[in-house]
Amino acid sequence: MSTTTTTTTAATTTTAPAPAGALSASRTTATAARVLRQLRHDPRTIALLILIPCLMLVLLRYVFDGSPRTFDSIGASLLGIFPLITMFLVTSIATLRERTSGTLERLLAMPLGKGDLIAGYALAFGFLAIIQSALATGLAVWFLGLDVTGSPWLLLLVALLDALLGTALGLFVSAFAASEFQAVQFMPAVIFPQLLLCGLFTPRSDMHPVLEAISDILPMSYAVDGMNEVLKHTDMTATFVRDALIVAGCALLVLCLGAATLRRRTA
Amino acid sequence: MNAEASIPEHPTPITPPRACAVPRTRLTAVPPESIIHHMMNYIADPPGTEPGTAPEPAVQAESLTVARGPRTVLRALDFTVPRGQITGLLGPSGCGKSTLMRSIVGTQAKVTGTLNVLGRPAGHPTLRTRIGYVTQAPSVYDDLTVRQNLDYFAAILDPGRAAATRRHDDVTRAITDVDLTTHADSLAGNLSGGQRSRVSLAVALLGTPELLVLDEPTVGLDPVLRRDLWALFHDIAASRGATLLISSHVMDEAERCHRLLLMREGEILADDTPDALRTATGADTVEAAFLHLVDEAVATARQKETTR
Repeated sequence: MSTTTTTTTAATTTTAPAPAGALSASRTTATAARVLRQLRHDPRTIALLILIPCLMLVLLRYVFDGSPRTFDSIGASLLGIFPLITMFLVTSIATLRERTSGTLERLLAMPLGKGDLIAGYALAFGFLAIIQSALATGLAVWFLGLDVTGSPWLLLLVALLDALLGTALGLFVSAFAASEFQAVQFMPAVIFPQLLLCGLFTPRSDMHPVLEAISDILPMSYAVDGMNEVLKHTDMTATFVRDALIVAGCALLVLCLGAATLRRRTA
Repeated sequence: MNAEASIPEHPTPITPPRACAVPRTRLTAVPPESIIHHMMNYIADPPGTEPGTAPEPAVQAESLTVARGPRTVLRALDFTVPRGQITGLLGPSGCGKSTLMRSIVGTQAKVTGTLNVLGRPAGHPTLRTRIGYVTQAPSVYDDLTVRQNLDYFAAILDPGRAAATRRHDDVTRAITDVDLTTHADSLAGNLSGGQRSRVSLAVALLGTPELLVLDEPTVGLDPVLRRDLWALFHDIAASRGATLLISSHVMDEAERCHRLLLMREGEILADDTPDALRTATGADTVEAAFLHLVDEAVATARQKETTR
């Protein structure tokens, strides 16, 4: 008895367990690949994610058929807002599912760093956002006649940063939602005020001073400002760089807050 | 009574662990596929009970107390779980079995007292690759196939491109262990409840864990599957030298464990072998022994109440 047991245990323990580092590249990419693989089994979601922004832009183009200048400014702003909203929704539901299905508890009982999980999600949805934004931007600039003075690549860059911000916000609020119903309701709560105050409907300088001050601290305002900079200027302005950095900084900050809501030990 | 318990699963009573003196064919010599379809007569002498060897216990708790909100769910528990054996954690629903298991795995908050697991305090980062844990509800991704689920969890346990072939073998073995080879490419969400819980179990078998903590792994499974899984558990304990802590509220499963922890209302009523429990209480089955102990506990509690 003892001989067989000891030999087999000796054989099995030769597989050395990998240490649990703070941030492991292979665990992060494995997580991102897993999230994308999950989405691949859900082609309808992918189709909705990619087609709806394009359809909305087409709709908008013909709503403002008589005033192409209005389409230019609103269209450019929307190129920044779409990725934020869709990534917010997708991430908040996906992470909520992870929390409620028990897979999050299982993962955190395994040698997965919280940073690995968050970075994995950000990577996967960031990839999706690139496809979404590239299609929407390409459609707007080349087929719908969106008149951009600057480089469309800068539009794409802002769109990508917005998508990251949406992912970060979604991840963060999913910690406060107990069900999918609640998670979806966070969309109007978190996104709508920003949408109203970001300068899409009226220039921010025309708002009530209190609202203008609030809009100064909301990240979406800088996303829209950044888009408008690209619209009006041929090269990268200092304002554009500042706006892009603020959006990126906010995304990073909220991602860290999101990581803090992941607890290995729960009640 | 529980519907499952009434299924006549074994026409002949199972041989209790230590009573089976005739050594059967050594299990380790048999490939695992065929073991599953074997019966479970090989619970001869579990390692760690041999005289002269006193290995450090897999789990050792002293005045372990857990609070959930205002309620104290576990009250000053003292117990040990020996290595290389199957310990059954039995008791009615809501008695604190899952909380105890979560404490051992290190996912339970507000744990006080001493709780050492494999020689480290519970929840220690180095334990995360050494423990396999199955939650009560299957925790797998419904929108991934069985193999994709296992591939992902394997990549978390044993990351890196260099380990790819080892991971592949590990995943294939885990799928075979739980008898899901024919369903390896089905979406987990399309499987039956019992199949999904086996996917969840397969995840816990990845990476050859030293301690397996299984929260009601056989609930809702048909008798044949339950028998096969218990055979697998015994094989894992015998051939891989792993320790298993398995909870259940179905008492007939108790007879298949080497040791039992009987729980009720956050306290441990008994910590012994099934044989010793039956002898001590003069009962025929573990179920009768458990009921006897519960009645005794209720009586002493009432007595305390009246003398107060």
